[in-house]
Amino acid sequence: MARYMFLMYDSEEFWDTADEQAVAEVMGLHEEFMAAVRAAGASILGSEALERSSTASTVRRGEGGALVTDGPFADTKEALGGFYVIDAPDLDVALRLAKVCPAGNIEVRPVMETPDGG
Amino acid sequence: MAPSDEVFRAAWPVVVASTARLTGDLDLAEDCTQEAVERALRSWPAGAPDNPAGWLTTTAHRIALDRLRREATLRRKLPLLVEPAGGGDEPEPTDPLRLAFTCCHPALALESQVALTLRLVCGVDVPAIAAVLLAGEAGVARRITRAKQKIAAARIPFRVPPDDELAQRLDAVLTVVHLVHTAGHRGSRTDLRDTELIGRATELARMLVRLLPDEPEPRALLGLVLLTEARGPARTDSAGDLVLLADQDRSRWDRALIRKGLALTTAALRHPRRGRFALQAGVAGLHATAPSWAETDWPQVVTTYDALLRVWPSPVVALNRAAARSRLPGTDLTAVLREIDDLAPALPDYPYLPAARADVLARLGRSAEAATAYQLALDLTANPVERRFLARRHAELARAPDGRAVPVPRVR
Repeated sequence: MARYMFLMYDSEEFWDTADEQAVAEVMGLHEEFMAAVRAAGASILGSEALERSSTASTVRRGEGGALVTDGPFADTKEALGGFYVIDAPDLDVALRLAKVCPAGNIEVRPVMETPDGG
Repeated sequence: MAPSDEVFRAAWPVVVASTARLTGDLDLAEDCTQEAVERALRSWPAGAPDNPAGWLTTTAHRIALDRLRREATLRRKLPLLVEPAGGGDEPEPTDPLRLAFTCCHPALALESQVALTLRLVCGVDVPAIAAVLLAGEAGVARRITRAKQKIAAARIPFRVPPDDELAQRLDAVLTVVHLVHTAGHRGSRTDLRDTELIGRATELARMLVRLLPDEPEPRALLGLVLLTEARGPARTDSAGDLVLLADQDRSRWDRALIRKGLALTTAALRHPRRGRFALQAGVAGLHATAPSWAETDWPQVVTTYDALLRVWPSPVVALNRAAARSRLPGTDLTAVLREIDDLAPALPDYPYLPAARADVLARLGRSAEAATAYQLALDLTANPVERRFLARRHAELARAPDGRAVPVPRVR
């Protein structure tokens, strides 16, 4: 088995207008995704949803020391909104799951295997 | 007896793939196969073994296992994910297939897929791959290294995909083989045909036909490759200048290759899972069987392109369809021109678009515009043989007064 982080990038505008029903629908999609993970013989090791990118602070280390700025590191139209860490047999399974993961854009990154990390 | 290139070429993917399966390391498999070939080149002239492929496999495995033992304590590299694991020292028939599917995994960039396939499956060296990709050697070497690292780190499995994914994954492999063939057919920087590259693509297609006998598309691709090759020698005249399909001496076409190509194509076209390579081969077959350019079955060519567009909506196909449509009797050439112009934004650097446009403009008697379009095609073309042709057409049209249609054949 190998671990992958699914980094979910989405436009945040959706949440500006989302009512309770829309939020419930998204939650339902995540439930479906979690069921698909189990059905594929994979498992979810961790997952979090993040607050809006406007709440982010970025610390940049430069020659003059650390500088704190307001906002995310990369100011993109689609912001990092949450992640899953999945344990899957191989990349093919991980990519199949990423296709049903409820987000507009999903970056699939293998987690580095360390000798004692397992 | 000196070992022939053919022996090494045929053995290369088998040796790399079985060594990779055995050791779980693509880098090591590549190095040890290279080393085994070098040893063979040194020792075989004194007496080649009865089974050269077996000798190469055993030698590569021995070198690999030796190195693994020596470096056991140093190695912290992630092994290749071999699925299903195990198998022995003996090469398995599916080894080269696993290698091809791994090299052409959709999670790798297309250029990386081509570079990896040429290096690991075909044994082409980095300088030659750089020439194919029109890229620098250092860049190609880096691309191959990174792709191998991704295969290991992202756990791209070393296996033949399961049945429900096979067709889609096979399309990626065939695309790479077709690209290699097109690069060979388009020619090197000095010549119109790179026969070495064409040979590699043909061997790859044959290997896929042999290892996936129930799949129609590898046969179709092999058919397409053979039908294209049958016309190869007729594409240049005695002065080395480009001769268009319309003007080719059809008696110089290789009839035996055409027969083989047609047999493969017909079978693939009749298959219930008829794919895009079958349709492409179908077009090549219609040209190969036409007694002359004028007697080509243009309605059938257009119909085949229509079917191709449905399964593969690509702007290059749409351009070819428009060019074929311009040959139908009574076609409104102005409408065809509009069709070509609509495709321009999707194909910004594609020299065959302004060339096709120039051809239609010349037939409409708009010589000045045609000359400009040929100049644009010329600016986008690197191959000297094609450049000479475009420059000649440009010069002819720049001299011709507007309003008089200049009789011109279609490009290619």
